[in-house]
Amino acid sequence: MTAQQVAFWALAVVSVAAGVAVFTVDSMARATLALLVSLVCVGLILLLTGLTYLGVLVILMMVMEMMVMAVFMVMYMMNPGGLMPMKMVHNNGGAMAVAAGVFVLLAGGAFLVPWPVRRGGLPADPTRALGVAVMGPKMLVMMVVGVAILATMVATVVLAVHRGRGDRPGDPEAEP
Amino acid sequence: MTPQEFLLPAAALFAVGLYGALSQQSIVMLMMGLELMINGLVLAVGGFWRLVAPAGADGQVLILVAVTVMALEMAMGFAVTTAIFRAREVDMTDAAGDLRG
Amino acid sequence: MPETPPMTPPMTPPMTPPWTPFALFGALAVLAWGAAALDAALAGGRWPGIVTGPLRGAARELVRQRRRTVMPDVPLVRAGVCALPAAAVLAAVVLPLGERPVADLSVGVVWFNAMEVCVWWALWLTGWGVNSLHPLIGGYRFVAQGLAYELPHMFALITAALGAGSLRVSEIAAAQRGLWFAVWMPVAFAVYLVSAVAMAFWGPMDRPVGSDIAGGVRAELSGPDRLVFEAGRYLLLAVAAAAAVPLFLGGGVGPALPPWLWTALKTVAVLAVLVWARHRLPGVRMDRFTRVSWLVLIPVSLLQLLVVGVVVL
Repeated sequence: MTAQQVAFWALAVVSVAAGVAVFTVDSMARATLALLVSLVCVGLILLLTGLTYLGVLVILMMVMEMMVMAVFMVMYMMNPGGLMPMKMVHNNGGAMAVAAGVFVLLAGGAFLVPWPVRRGGLPADPTRALGVAVMGPKMLVMMVVGVAILATMVATVVLAVHRGRGDRPGDPEAEP
Repeated sequence: MTPQEFLLPAAALFAVGLYGALSQQSIVMLMMGLELMINGLVLAVGGFWRLVAPAGADGQVLILVAVTVMALEMAMGFAVTTAIFRAREVDMTDAAGDLRG
Repeated sequence: MPETPPMTPPMTPPMTPPWTPFALFGALAVLAWGAAALDAALAGGRWPGIVTGPLRGAARELVRQRRRTVMPDVPLVRAGVCALPAAAVLAAVVLPLGERPVADLSVGVVWFNAMEVCVWWALWLTGWGVNSLHPLIGGYRFVAQGLAYELPHMFALITAALGAGSLRVSEIAAAQRGLWFAVWMPVAFAVYLVSAVAMAFWGPMDRPVGSDIAGGVRAELSGPDRLVFEAGRYLLLAVAAAAAVPLFLGGGVGPALPPWLWTALKTVAVLAVLVWARHRLPGVRMDRFTRVSWLVLIPVSLLQLLVVGVVVL
């Protein structure tokens, strides 16, 4: 095994173990941190494969995203600190069976399907290749993503804000 | 390295996330399951980019889209949770069963 | 696909001498010490005391017993406290010491940003884990402040990268041989300095560790935890000041003196300004800063980005 393979398997095992920990620990802070560890490990694997920009981008975005997630977790869970352990699951056995079945299916497929051999060599600079792609042949994808982000921003504000459109902060009748 | 090496942990991440998405009662925990599933997807695409088609940028663009989807899914999920919590003080999927279409 | 220019492969940065990590760490430690000494001097300290003060404080914390709180989440506190200096040092590895950084990543600016946001987790974990009211409030204050400063901060970093046409920090510094970026993109430089103060929860924006909540995040820390936290805070401030040099102040470019000395001089100057600002500017609450940041800083930094984009094209 090469050093790269050792690093890959170490990161992969930590990533999956942290993923399992998300649903087994009691404290919400620990669960969110475990999810962050899992996501960052995948970001580091992307760094290993040579996707420098995307790897660092995944780490940057997930660190911020999981921080926001932790805030909401603590806000909405009835037992965020996990000081009184409780199980909040439904249909545990069924879900376990479905997940195990899907894993067997996917893993079996991974080993049974004859994957194509590699075509073409590594680009000199994958970051540049990505930039050229999204600003050229793949521009439609980025435009759709941009519109989706805008739509999400509008929709989330409409859903989450209790004030109406005409109310301004500071209006006496608008205050709850 | 081979594509199988990437797909095995990716499948494990996807399955763990699927378990969480199916079994958790809290909407926020359910979303963590969804994030794990997309995480597995990102890992698999990274492997395919490296080992099958590194010359094209399709794999990279797909990862970019997947990461964006993660952020959007989380934003919408929290907005919906906030709306439901405002309306009836619950954050559990079971308590919102009457929204079934 | 158009031809790609010959560049060094992304995963094999040019080799730097093996002593550079030690030089980086030593320089950061001296800068952090100097910042603490200058801070004490501006607060009215006397001559020998201000220089030996930080060392005596460190020795005192080393032998002091840890304070105990009820049912703390100890692993999370340790992780948060240690993440603070670790994030600062990891962010600094892409900053050139003269001409070459310790690790010349092709996406250095993004790496710097990614390591900085780890500070959010560091403070929130510390505040959450000790299971005490004031640290918890401090942790949440920093998350609110982070959401306020991060977008203008990213736009300021990207403006410098756009001006140089590269995400590699050493190439951004090299692109300023003719004119410093601070001169022809002053708005981005100003936004960077403001967001750097907010990121290092320093001076006017130290509400996360403010005295109104009994020290905030660090209220319950004592002993080695306190030492590591305070060291991390000064390291973070030093790194925030050091990053302004290659990004906006021409890096090691300057007449007569060698590049490393120019880098050091410029870093000390920026750091001194930041420390001085703490004693001259009034405190800013993070909710008011959010309003200013989103309504003023984001639009002006986007305009600056547009101007730089047009000029570069």
